Amino acid sequence: MHEISIAISIVEIAEASARKHGARSIQLVKLRLGEFTTIVQEALEFAFEIARQDTLAAHATLVVEIVPMVVRCSSCGVIPNPVRDIILSCPQCGLPLEIMAGEDIQLEYIEAETENIAWSV
Amino acid sequence: MERIAVQTNVLKANQEAAAENRLAFEQEGLLVMNLMSGPGAGKTSLLEATIGALRGQCRIAVIEGDLQTDLDAERIRALGSRAHQINTGTMCHLDARMIARALQDFPVQGLDLLFIENVGNLICPASYDLGESLRVVLCSVAEGPEKPKKYPVMFHKADVVILNKTDLGLPSGEDQSELEKNVREVNPRAKIFALSCRTGEGLEAWITWLREAVAAQKMIPLPVSTS
Repeated sequence: MHEISIAISIVEIAEASARKHGARSIQLVKLRLGEFTTIVQEALEFAFEIARQDTLAAHATLVVEIVPMVVRCSSCGVIPNPVRDIILSCPQCGLPLEIMAGEDIQLEYIEAETENIAWSV
Repeated sequence: MERIAVQTNVLKANQEAAAENRLAFEQEGLLVMNLMSGPGAGKTSLLEATIGALRGQCRIAVIEGDLQTDLDAERIRALGSRAHQINTGTMCHLDARMIARALQDFPVQGLDLLFIENVGNLICPASYDLGESLRVVLCSVAEGPEKPKKYPVMFHKADVVILNKTDLGLPSGEDQSELEKNVREVNPRAKIFALSCRTGEGLEAWITWLREAVAAQKMIPLPVSTS
């Protein structure tokens, strides 16, 4: 059940980003969750409801986009349907496959109420 | 309402702490192994057998991670090696900051080999880099052959996979070759050792490899400190 640790990190990163932009409250947190991680979406959503309490994200919605696993063989190129029985050798030549996507947990953006100030680009 | 781009890895804070640990370990020429398995696969038994086999050849210490008790640290100390117990309370894994805190009370200067025995769990510790040189995942033959497929992230990220309790293959009716095949499928690059900590069968190959890995670690050029 390490989703609670992950949820706390998400709230910390979101709050730091909101403060940097002078935001008073966070409405939405957008997460990109890799398919090949050990995080369960439902458990993470539940943990987020606990972690957000008494923070700038107290009323924030967590939106989770699942990032599919993409694998590649250095010799044969991208291999379709990598999670077939979780065999991470190339079905054509047998070389170990590289995981190109689906291993990360990334906080993509937040939506927040900011002060009405002019801001420089 | 404003959309603010963040584009940050959620595990960034842990990864930064792990990088600092790794730098500290490499400056000592120290080989550090993050030892992971489900509960009861034989992590502490492997450490006992390894410490016994390398006695007088290698200065070894152990950081133990458990929810409660210092029973494992006591088992290591009984063999004359230094051990530091981290009790995580309810936390299901060690993280890099816990290791950094442990190192404040538990100096690693002058050691050749440091084992970090993670909390018994095949899920959560997979996500947390501790700054180790190598990830070692242990699985007992008696647990059955499906563990690598059920916990693929853990097995995929391993540098070394140890199949323990080979002596229990026959009595438990479990198929060691099927287990080995599943490890290979999930992780074609892993170095695999099959052994029994209880009988000593297969232990020699692991010890020989470990001795060479310790020596190789000392040959790695020192990293340049960025701080």
